[in-house]
Amino acid sequence: MQVFQISAASFQYDGISAIRDLTLNISGGERTVLLGANGSGKSTLLRMLDGLCFPSHGSITAFGDPLTQHSLNNLEFNFNFRRRVGLVFQNPDAQLFNSTVFEEVAYSPLQLGWTREELHRRVEETLEFMGISHLRDRSPYRLSGGEKKRVAIASVIVLNPDVLLLDEPTATLDPRSTSQLVDLIQQWKGSTKTVITATQQLDIVEDIADRVLILKEGSLLADGTPSQILSNTQLLLTTNLIHAHRHTHGNVIHAHPHLHRHSHDEHEH
Amino acid sequence: MRHSIESTLHHFSHALSNALISEKIAARQTLLQKIDVRIRLIGTLLLLIAVVLSHTYRGILVLLAIALCLAILSGVSLFTLAKRVWTVVFLFTAVIAFPALVLTPGPPISSAFGHFQVTETGLRTAILLVLRVETAITITAVLVLSTPWNKLLLATRALGLPAEIVTILGMTHRYIFLLLETASQMFESRKSRTVGILHNADQRSGAGKTAAVLMMKTMDLGNDVYTAMIARGFSGEARILEEPRLRSRDFIALLAFASAAFFCFWIGR
Repeated sequence: MQVFQISAASFQYDGISAIRDLTLNISGGERTVLLGANGSGKSTLLRMLDGLCFPSHGSITAFGDPLTQHSLNNLEFNFNFRRRVGLVFQNPDAQLFNSTVFEEVAYSPLQLGWTREELHRRVEETLEFMGISHLRDRSPYRLSGGEKKRVAIASVIVLNPDVLLLDEPTATLDPRSTSQLVDLIQQWKGSTKTVITATQQLDIVEDIADRVLILKEGSLLADGTPSQILSNTQLLLTTNLIHAHRHTHGNVIHAHPHLHRHSHDEHEH
Repeated sequence: MRHSIESTLHHFSHALSNALISEKIAARQTLLQKIDVRIRLIGTLLLLIAVVLSHTYRGILVLLAIALCLAILSGVSLFTLAKRVWTVVFLFTAVIAFPALVLTPGPPISSAFGHFQVTETGLRTAILLVLRVETAITITAVLVLSTPWNKLLLATRALGLPAEIVTILGMTHRYIFLLLETASQMFESRKSRTVGILHNADQRSGAGKTAAVLMMKTMDLGNDVYTAMIARGFSGEARILEEPRLRSRDFIALLAFASAAFFCFWIGR
């Protein structure tokens, strides 16, 4: 089943193209990674898929229905769509706008009109699942970067959405928090959950994706499996996802592509 | 005189540490903290009404004694009250009360202020005013210091404050700390790159630029937060968590507050 169908979509910010003539299908249960350098359109694409901005040309459908401002103005469609699709923002401070962690996780269920008992039960379960029960009365400004990210994810998965959109989920996280997050995404492998992750971290791609898309200047440059994409050094170089590594051998300066995979101890040259 | 950047940084960290002290007190499980916040709020209002309606020292002193007992039994140190409340309130109220010393007609007791004479009635009026304000602010401070700010805001719903106002105030409180932290980092960054001593005009100019940048960041963050609210199901209607049901000990506490307020009003008529 197709979850999203994007047909020749384009989007501009203040006259600057962020997405150009993009055509793409995302199937249910697929774990997709969006790769691309800064400004390649990853975040804009995720926002479009979450119905936060809409293509100026072309169209998007979600679960077979057109995803437009008009359709989201319909409360029934809006509630159904928001329950099924969740976006974890890159900046957790934008996403965590409530006074305590509990209120934060309870925000979406509250907006969707869940009963008091159901809301409390589900929020407690989610806090437990994410290992943040001890933070329930803490203010978001008193959380570490890793804790904020976990709360941000909890605030989305509390609805048990069918589709999870993750915008740079490991950015600013320490290695341990990154590893915990990768473990979490791996748990959804084989489930019906569709996970789309925008990242620039190549070392986590094989762990969290079945499919990799590379964006460059708002256009789709490549679409393949993780091994196909990550083995294409030239493609990664031209999209600024890897860089030339220079070092000296005696008086000779030696340069070659530098790709980090799995860990710094095992990185490939 | 302290350098203005250092002074600003000092004030930022002072504001943050004050907030942390209040959170620690509010998190304790002592007397007031065990009572439902709505009852604490209503009880405080009853005591404040009694302060306003008491016209004798006796009534106000009993109310002050009640406030001090509540503070001690709720883990609010008298030192904190003296430092944060009594000194500042005394200075401000004394300025307001001073004219009453010499302008209120009555039997003179001193002529220390040139042609003006301090009257016995004036002295009584001034002392009563200072005592009344100190007592009222102490009662309020005990409530504020023993209650998490977000719960206090939610409790105002019991007094009929609209959910929209409660939501806006809650978000304001949450983001004040983020902006304080951002402003503090901006000032630190400026300080780390400042060579030599800046003239006052340059310092004012730098502070103005910082304020402008902070304003722009605030607007961007505001947009991001609104987008995050939409993404999580906000559809224009503010919904907030329901407070838990009142327990028998809450009703006993309400009765105690009402009895104390009535008793003080009665002896202070």
